Amino acid sequence: MQRHVARLATTLALGLALTGTAFADPVDDSLSIETDDGVLEIVTTTAAPAHLSDVMDTIYSGWHFREDETRALQRDDFDNPGMVYVDRALDSWNKAQGAKGESCAGCHEGPESMKGLRAVTPRVDATTGALMTVENYVNECVTDRMGLEAWGMTGDKMKDMLALISMQSRGEVVNIAIDGAAAPFWEAGKEIYYTRFGQLEMSCANCHEDNQGRYIRADHLSQGQVNGFPVYRLKDAGILTAQQRFVGCVRDTRAETFKPDSAEFKALELYVASRGNGLSVEGVSVRH
Amino acid sequence: MTRQFWLATAAMLCITSPVASETAPSAVTYVDGAIDVSLTGSPGDAAAGKKVMTTASLGNCVACHQIGTIPEADFQGDIAPPLDGVADRYSEAELRGLVANAKMTFEDSFMPAFYKTEGFTRPGAAYSGKAPTEDLPPILTAQQIEDVVAYLITMTE
Repeated sequence: MQRHVARLATTLALGLALTGTAFADPVDDSLSIETDDGVLEIVTTTAAPAHLSDVMDTIYSGWHFREDETRALQRDDFDNPGMVYVDRALDSWNKAQGAKGESCAGCHEGPESMKGLRAVTPRVDATTGALMTVENYVNECVTDRMGLEAWGMTGDKMKDMLALISMQSRGEVVNIAIDGAAAPFWEAGKEIYYTRFGQLEMSCANCHEDNQGRYIRADHLSQGQVNGFPVYRLKDAGILTAQQRFVGCVRDTRAETFKPDSAEFKALELYVASRGNGLSVEGVSVRH
Repeated sequence: MTRQFWLATAAMLCITSPVASETAPSAVTYVDGAIDVSLTGSPGDAAAGKKVMTTASLGNCVACHQIGTIPEADFQGDIAPPLDGVADRYSEAELRGLVANAKMTFEDSFMPAFYKTEGFTRPGAAYSGKAPTEDLPPILTAQQIEDVVAYLITMTE
């Protein structure tokens, strides 16, 4: 009898322990950002796009998987460390830095002319048929129109500009095209997403689909959404692009990574971004 | 003097050379996922195994498994089954097979194979992100596998 009670107690304790892990699910919270132009509501939770209906019902911004203090930093632009880089990019935008003194502003006027771009990229350019990220568009201008050497894909100048351009679409709904000309790139990205790379034999899906909400040591596994990119990453004290994060993830599977701007990572970014169709662009988010 | 020197050298060789009875990763025989015989030919050291299980650069079992018998390892992960009582659920041979290559038992297992050197997609040199320039070593040595198995078989409830 006593032994039976002891076993029951153990079972209850185990039950509680298991219930405890359920709290590791995305934090129930909502994001309103204090900006210079008033309060902006951000969609951080919504129904999964149709192409994901077999695997999940709801998509969550990575914001839901971070700690209270990290989430708080994104509620007010005054607290968001990423805004420093946006300001720096505004100087770059207006600066006569081309070979013949061209500036971004000279052709495009204010950065608000970039409104909407981040929400639909990566995309296939209608005129060239090439898969284009925001960084690709920037470099097209830098080389063809300004007569400069291409900016490094993960260099400060590029990442600042990416931050500024992304901010112009903040609050807009991610709407990545996956059909038509985008379809072959989307399929290629999906293939990579489900491939188990490296000596650890892990795919994106192993962590971010199968085990979302759970923990690998202290790491709370998100859905790996990229609507918040570029992010200000506290761990790196700087701006990080989606493809830089891909490098880190693939490296951590003990694999040979692909390079930022490789055909593989561009396709993967298109595919992963499309898994976030319906979430808001967050401009520059804050993660740890 | 000479005799002592040669004796010492012989003793050192015994320690540093791979033991003749050690089974290489490509030579391991799995029977229904299990490995019947010790990879080193002798039992492992449970205390050393515990160290392997909690060290991030080695086995890092606590990254995914909860291990109630090692409470000093903080932030234990929860993506894989808890290991407490694991010796009641599996035999030593089955545990050895699970640690060496869990996919021989559970085909789609998320668990990395700790004693496997071939058949990967784009393997890298450890965590460098770069292609390997030499043959890929297994994540754990035969001795480390046996040490982990030695600890696991103590985990009865």
